[in-house]
Amino acid sequence: MTRTDPTDVPRPDARLHFGVFFQGVNHWTIWSDPSSGSQIDPASFLRVARTAERGLFDAFFLGDGQRLRESEGGIHELDVAGRPDSITQLSALAAGTDRIGLVSTSNTTYNEPADLARRLSGLDLLSGGRAGWNMVTTHNAWTGENFRRGGFLDHADRYTRAEEFLSVARAVWNGWSEEAVAASADARSWSVPGAVGRVRSRGAHFDVDLAPTLPRSAQGHPVIFQAGDSGEGRDFGARNADVIFSAHGLDFDDALGFAEDLRRRLRAAGRPEGALRILPGTEIIIGATEKEAEEKARWVRLEQVTPAVALGIAGRLWNIDLSGRDADGPLPAEDPVIAEYTGKFGSSRFRDTLATVAEWRAKAEANGWSLREAVIELGPQRGHVGTPAGLAEKFARFVRYGAVDGFNVSPYLVPEGLDDIVDLLVPELQERGVYRTAYTGTTLREHLGLAPVE
Amino acid sequence: MPRPALRLAVELDGDGAHPAAWRRAAHAPGELLSPRRLARTAAAAENAGFTLVTLDDSILPPASGAGPVGRIGAVERAAFVAASTSVVGVAPVVATTYAEPFHVSSQLSSLDHVSAGRAGWVVGAEEDPSAARAWGRPLVEGPEALAREARDGVRVVRDLWDSWEDNAVIRSVATSRYLDRERLHAVDFTGETYSVKGPSIVPRPPQGRPVVLARQGLVPAELTDVALVGGTTAKETGAAGDAAKAAGVPLAFAEIEVALDTPRDTARERIADLERYSPWEERPGRLRYTGSAEGLVVLLAELAASVDGVRLLPLVLDEDLSVLSRLVLPELFVRRLATRPLPGTTLRTSLGLPRPASRFATATTLVREETR
Ligand SMILES: Cc1cc2nc3c(=O)[nH]c(=O)nc-3n(C[C@H](O)[C@H](O)[C@H](O)COP(=O)(O)O)c2cc1C
Repeated sequence: MTRTDPTDVPRPDARLHFGVFFQGVNHWTIWSDPSSGSQIDPASFLRVARTAERGLFDAFFLGDGQRLRESEGGIHELDVAGRPDSITQLSALAAGTDRIGLVSTSNTTYNEPADLARRLSGLDLLSGGRAGWNMVTTHNAWTGENFRRGGFLDHADRYTRAEEFLSVARAVWNGWSEEAVAASADARSWSVPGAVGRVRSRGAHFDVDLAPTLPRSAQGHPVIFQAGDSGEGRDFGARNADVIFSAHGLDFDDALGFAEDLRRRLRAAGRPEGALRILPGTEIIIGATEKEAEEKARWVRLEQVTPAVALGIAGRLWNIDLSGRDADGPLPAEDPVIAEYTGKFGSSRFRDTLATVAEWRAKAEANGWSLREAVIELGPQRGHVGTPAGLAEKFARFVRYGAVDGFNVSPYLVPEGLDDIVDLLVPELQERGVYRTAYTGTTLREHLGLAPVE
Repeated sequence: MPRPALRLAVELDGDGAHPAAWRRAAHAPGELLSPRRLARTAAAAENAGFTLVTLDDSILPPASGAGPVGRIGAVERAAFVAASTSVVGVAPVVATTYAEPFHVSSQLSSLDHVSAGRAGWVVGAEEDPSAARAWGRPLVEGPEALAREARDGVRVVRDLWDSWEDNAVIRSVATSRYLDRERLHAVDFTGETYSVKGPSIVPRPPQGRPVVLARQGLVPAELTDVALVGGTTAKETGAAGDAAKAAGVPLAFAEIEVALDTPRDTARERIADLERYSPWEERPGRLRYTGSAEGLVVLLAELAASVDGVRLLPLVLDEDLSVLSRLVLPELFVRRLATRPLPGTTLRTSLGLPRPASRFATATTLVREETR
């Protein structure tokens, strides 16, 4: 790859932004390696967050999921599971970090706006303006069984609730005027009369009436992230989000296509192009040479996709219990069982089952792959693999051509998995002028280069 | 056998127990909502030797009229305090009147994880109907319904803490299993107003169960670790402590509002100063002490005969906390009337409470544990 010439690229001065996604629940975090630490010990969270901060990352992310996953009629056992409540964990990290943004993925379906807005505000104040909220719209009925409301929402209502939720949250965040608190103890009252408004909102989903209890933070209010990929999801993001957490960051053309689609929607929503950052999730695997990086990637894949994991993934595709089969043998001879799509596994990837299975068979045969190899090769591809210099060139191109604004990196090992990215890749990016050399602001909004909140 | 010494808790909400406390605070009014001020106050309490700090809360503003109308959520403050201290226990007030017990369980469990076993929970109740409107939920009205939501909430939360047995995370490379599903349990709670399936999404907290504190009578004795008791006199307060223990609560803490003499002003002068702005209304079930540090030591010595600890609610944190830390706590420690927590111990250990086994832990899983 040649160095990009700064004169003929659309965004010669663009900077790459990094977030780190401490995943918690997934099969990508390798737990079997001796260097893999606790997934719940506060020391693991602090270690990852501080490493990211040393690497001048914009943000530390936590995901959301309010029910343990199930497979084969019981709790899914094979992958990392169990994680802390995100706002609670991030409030603790606010005390142990200095600059890095702290982003909570919190769903709009099983929370209430007055409560969640207040908790996010608290995090924002405790961190000096470093909070972010990744809005997701979990809706499946099996999660609902853990909540008073029970199982709901219809697909069609998810984003209308999210939209109404956000408008209540914004009203709560903007409820106090700038100089709402008395300057001294001699004042007539603690708050300046008339400076704290009431929020009254009555819509299809909420009927609330409250007095907000917190002022705006150093960054105004939490930065809004959005993760959802349907047309409605993208439109919702284009209307409302500061940052899109996407799944389009592996292939340049795919990423650029997604970014252009979003920018189109952004313009349609009447917002300026600079109002949105796109940070796809990714994994980054680094080696001293391309060959070493490939070998490491191979090791990572085999650790992530153990024989049992491969049988589980293929079993969900075929909709047949494959446990007990040989993952290193051929693909199942049976046809898949086609069942009604339940959304239970939160993915639409397996919807077109017959075509997928036919494709897997053809490719496995052509390449001589075992079932496990087929799962590794044909399952969702996750990451960028290369040398620090090679990856820096590649990422510079991604960002300078407007395909992404950065990446939200999921380390495949906790807590040390970020170290080589910070120690090896970040300096290469800095050398190319595509990554900051120091934090220039104190808030997450400033790190992301977003306009101040009105 | 001598009675075990008192455990000391202090309430750190706002600027102090008096609604006008903010007028005597050592900082600008708005600084109340800053992390610096929170960390400073918590450090003062920890260094003084308190076993526990508590943090009041509600979705409603803490005061009406002239008082502070701002407050960061108690769970968020507690997590921040936990991460900026190392010994003291931290107990936020959380009401389950309108909140989701599933979220409350995760939050408190996570607080126990981030504090390495120093979490407590002061069970609250949202009595004001405005809270229902703020939440956008149907009103829970009357003492009976409030008690039902508190009771059901605590029951669900405790079950969720128990829903992961201690060693549910097995990380068995041989079988490729991270979890053992046999050690995870649906709580299958069905109450009068809602049901919860479980299990929790958070692994079992380090203490097994964070310490549950509740005003006497709010939740059943068998769901409470520490009853918060009080009365208008020391005698009444002692009797309330005896009653709570007779009902089966392991520990009773007396709640005492304190206003102390400082080098500059007497307690009475300080109260009089604040009374110019608003009255300090008596709260039923809370003893009040006004006077010298020595007098407070005498009162606590008397109470030590019938309660296991005290929760102090200082008039003005910035003033009373320093008198407590210079004059009261050292004297209590010297006279062995109270103990301070040891570094590296959980809140349960500091309080002399055993670590509970998960109620779902079966004989078979216990046996398997031993043969591993
Ligand atoms: C990159 C990415 C990350 C996501 N992370 C979460 C998450 O942590 N928790 C969650 O409940 N949903 C998560 N979602 C799911 C979305 O919120 C949404 O429910 C899902 O994508 C379906 O909405 P859609 O039809 O608009 O795509 C994520 C989605 C994407 C694309």
